[in-house]
Formats: sequence, structure tokens, C-alpha cells
Amino acid sequence: MAEPFIREYRLSPLGDRALVIELGNDASEETALKVRSVTERLLAEPLPGVLDVVPAVCTLALHYDPLRIAAADDAGGAYAALARQVTARLQSMDGIELTQPATFEIPVCYGGEYGEDLETLAHTHGLTVEQVIERHTAPLYRVQMLGFAPGFAYLAGLDPKLATPRRSNPRMRVPAGSVAIGGELTGIYPLELPGGWHLIGRSPLRMFDAFAQPPARLSMGDRVRFVPVSMGEYVRLAETHK
Amino acid sequence: MSLKVLRAGILSTLQDRGRYGYQRYGMPVGGVMDEHSHRLANLLVGNAEDEATLEFTLAGPRLEFTQTALIAICGGDFAATIGGREVPAARPVLARAGSVLDLAVCRLGCRAYLALAGGFDVPVVMGSKSTYLPASLGGFHGRALRRGDELTVQPAPAHLYPALHRALQTAEDFVCPKWSVHANAALLAHDHHRIRFMQGRHFALFSEASRTQFISAEFRIAANSDRMGYRLEGPTLSLTEPGEVLPEAVTFGSIQVPPDGKPIVLMANRQTTGGYPLIGEVASVDLPLLAQLPPGDTLRFEPITLEQSEQLYLQRERELALMREGLRERAKQ
Repeated sequence: MAEPFIREYRLSPLGDRALVIELGNDASEETALKVRSVTERLLAEPLPGVLDVVPAVCTLALHYDPLRIAAADDAGGAYAALARQVTARLQSMDGIELTQPATFEIPVCYGGEYGEDLETLAHTHGLTVEQVIERHTAPLYRVQMLGFAPGFAYLAGLDPKLATPRRSNPRMRVPAGSVAIGGELTGIYPLELPGGWHLIGRSPLRMFDAFAQPPARLSMGDRVRFVPVSMGEYVRLAETHK
Repeated sequence: MSLKVLRAGILSTLQDRGRYGYQRYGMPVGGVMDEHSHRLANLLVGNAEDEATLEFTLAGPRLEFTQTALIAICGGDFAATIGGREVPAARPVLARAGSVLDLAVCRLGCRAYLALAGGFDVPVVMGSKSTYLPASLGGFHGRALRRGDELTVQPAPAHLYPALHRALQTAEDFVCPKWSVHANAALLAHDHHRIRFMQGRHFALFSEASRTQFISAEFRIAANSDRMGYRLEGPTLSLTEPGEVLPEAVTFGSIQVPPDGKPIVLMANRQTTGGYPLIGEVASVDLPLLAQLPPGDTLRFEPITLEQSEQLYLQRERELALMREGLRERAKQ
């Protein structure tokens, strides 16, 4: 696939050790594609001194070590020097290949003790539990970004009928593997965490493993489809993915 | 050589300068809260500055050395004693085998760092020895220390401070030099803390009144502040037009303002991204001071430019470089 040429961007500091590249102001797939291309380019050919490249919905951030930024003394300090290098990089970008996003099928056991909020959520939207499951398993979701927790992927593409504002009182403990809806997004809690999303099911797959390479199962741009499984199947899969 | 935990303290974890290179997978950087004290402690015992130290908080641990140990304590004042005798901070200390270091209740500051020459022998997970409790990874079995734990210490590569070793032969429990390095404890003695910040990416979205209040009002650090973030009590800040921002990366010192209008300064265990407007970022040089302020302390924010902050950062690094050179010489004596 041909690389979209980066025409419009804005650079700004995030404190004195990070730089943000803004490539749009929306959550569209087109903007996400730009974010992914720049991220991949900056990971393939790293700029000296950059410690982390963190893509998000329409921005990416470069965390850097000011002492290791080349030519930082010449004019204006580390940020100015890095901004010049980033500008040159962005202007030189054309026609690079993007990694083909992977597609994952994620088994989910819906409802019951694994999805405490499923019935309430169905009731709120005037749907049956079966209809919610149908609508949740239908789309091919897109990983919008990773954040919030290790391996947590924000999945875009939720059926608008299922969009639900976050809970006003977040839970202190959401079990690992919980599949949940928050606003117009859905996602899978990789660890036991506090959280304000509505729990509709649970997946037996491990979404994060510190000793795997890469440690997160999903990457930005990947596609995800949820597949309903029975409680028995969930237990069997949970055993094999321990 | 190992370190036996006789009492664990409130929150004692192994930390280094953090876990970089994995934020794009949602993995927080973590690491020490007060990086300056951590680095000084390591330098004093001849370690690399990113070697893990033991970070302890508010009430410290009680630890026994199974062999002679070269140690240093930097950061908050925990009234450290060995064998009942006070151990001065911010200098190398040579402790006898079998002696017991007691880090009591914090008298000044909020947390401190114990470095041992050679460093702690724990696995490097995702490029770091830092303990990240929410995922139970890194550090000592992914958790805070408990009574009965025994931590292995790696052999120190060089025989440092020979004069201290000679002096220990005729001394009880421990010996240390009369000199110390300049630590940040002096800064903590003030009542009113000034934290310098740069305008954040969403500064202009805040109402004029809120922007003025942010730099004029006093904020109090709330009780539910932790390694992840400092919650501040003070005036309620609001946007000119209520709205949301799309989630994006945050950093150590990002000051985010949730819809309730109460700012949160993101600290070492912050998430990689956030979805609240950022009114500013704390200057890197002031993060060690902020990390030492306990809940209940008050602070004011003072605006500076990025260029000023960068200059302060370079100046701090130059001072550290001089200290590194100076200590290398002293360690030969």
C-alpha cells in the first residue's frame, strides 16, 4: 500500500522531555493510518535519543533523553533540535510500506458472572441479551490505540446502538479478561484493574505477557472479531492459555 | 551477600529509572519517584545510575546485612539507625556483617532510596528491574517487600573507599565519612513549595479565570495521592467550553484536569496515555521535590518557559556530572 504523504502536522512540546506530533484532530481511520505510518517509520529508523514512540488516536509522542538529542546545543535546545529532525523525517516520507494489520478472533463467554452488566445494558437499550451479543459479535473492530493499562486496546467500530456512557462509579476491581463497553468503544481488560466500563463478558485469552515479544497481543491498526463461547469452552480455553 | 527483611515498611519496592521502549504497548514507565535521590544513592556506592535501589515510603523497613555492605541512603529523612546509632544520609556507609539498618518513620519528605554496592540481583523484565505492582512484574517477584524476604545483592565490581574498610576493623556496626553530597533534603525544610511548570497542550482551552487561579492559588496534596498521581485540592478548574479531548500520550509531571476540575499531577506509575485536558507539565528538575511532598503539604505552581526548563535540566545534569567525577576520586581513598 502506498504511504499517504504527510502534508499537515503540528509539533508541540509535552513537558521538557517529550514531543507530540499531531496528524489530525479526529478519530477517523484515515488519521489513524497517518499515525501508524509515522510511528512505523520512526521505529524502523529511530532518531537518536528517542526512548519511546507512543501512538494515540490522532497524535504520537516521542519521549526523549535531552542529553542524547543530536545538535541540541546548536540552536534552541533539545526540543528545537528534535523538532527539526522530526520535520525533516515527515517531509521525506513517501511511498513506504505499512505492515499489514493482523486479524484476531477473540473468544468471549457473555453474560452471567462473567458479564455482570450485560442484562442492565440490554435493558437500557431496549434489546434482549441475545441481541446485544449478536450486535457485539457482528463488527470487525479496529484497534484505535493502546493505553490505559499494559496491553489494553481501544476497539473502534462498536454498533452505535450499544454505545453506553461510562459508569458514574467505577469498580475498584475489574477481573482480567473482562470484555467491556465504554462510550463508543469496546475492549478487553488485560489485568485486574479498576475500571468504569460496562462488563458484558470475559475472554480466556491473555492479552498481555511481559515475556512475549511483543508483550501485547494486539497492536494499533489490528482487526478484532469477538466469537461467543460457552462457559465450558471458556474454562477449557482458559486452561490452555494459562 | 544478601539483605534480610526483618520489617517491610509501608511500601518498599525495588525501582530503577523505569521501563522505556514499551509505552506503545500500554506499559507504564514506572521506576523511581525521586530520580535525583536515586541517582545520588547509586553514585555514592559506585553503581551505575540506573541500577535498582530500594524505594521506601512514609514508614521504612528494618534490614539485616548478612555480609559487610557498602550502602547509601538519599531522599527523605527516615531517622536511619544501625545498632541504635544514627546513620547520616547522603554519604557512603560501610555496615558490618550482621548489623541491622532500621529506617523508621519519615520525619521529612515522603520516600527515600537505599543503594547497595553491586546492586540487587533480580531479573530484568522488559529492560528494567522496576517493580510494577498492577501487573505484578519486575523487582522482587513483582511485589513489595515482606517480612522474611531475603534479597540477593550482586558482588560489587570494585573495592571502593579502602579507608572505610580499614576504619571498620576497629569500629562497631558501621563507619562513614564526615562529608556528604548535597541532597535535596534542604529544599524540603520550607513550608511553601514552588513547583515550576510549562503550559500544557490544552492550556488555552481553560477559562481565563482558571488559568489565573492555577498560577495564583495554593493547592494541597490529597490523601489519596500515590505513585501513579498526586491529586490536588484547591480551586476547581474549568474549560471555557466544556468538551473532551481525544486520548493521547502523557508524561511524568503532566497535570491533567478531569471533569471535576481537580488537577492530578501524573507521577512515576502514570498510564501511558490520558484522555483529560493537560493544563501543564511540571519542569523535570522539580519532579524530585514534588515526589518528596507527602499528602497534606501545599504547593504553588510557577510558570516557566520550555527554554528555561531545558536550561535548568542541563544545569542539574552538569552538577551531577561533576559529582560523578568527584565521587569517583573519593571512592579511591
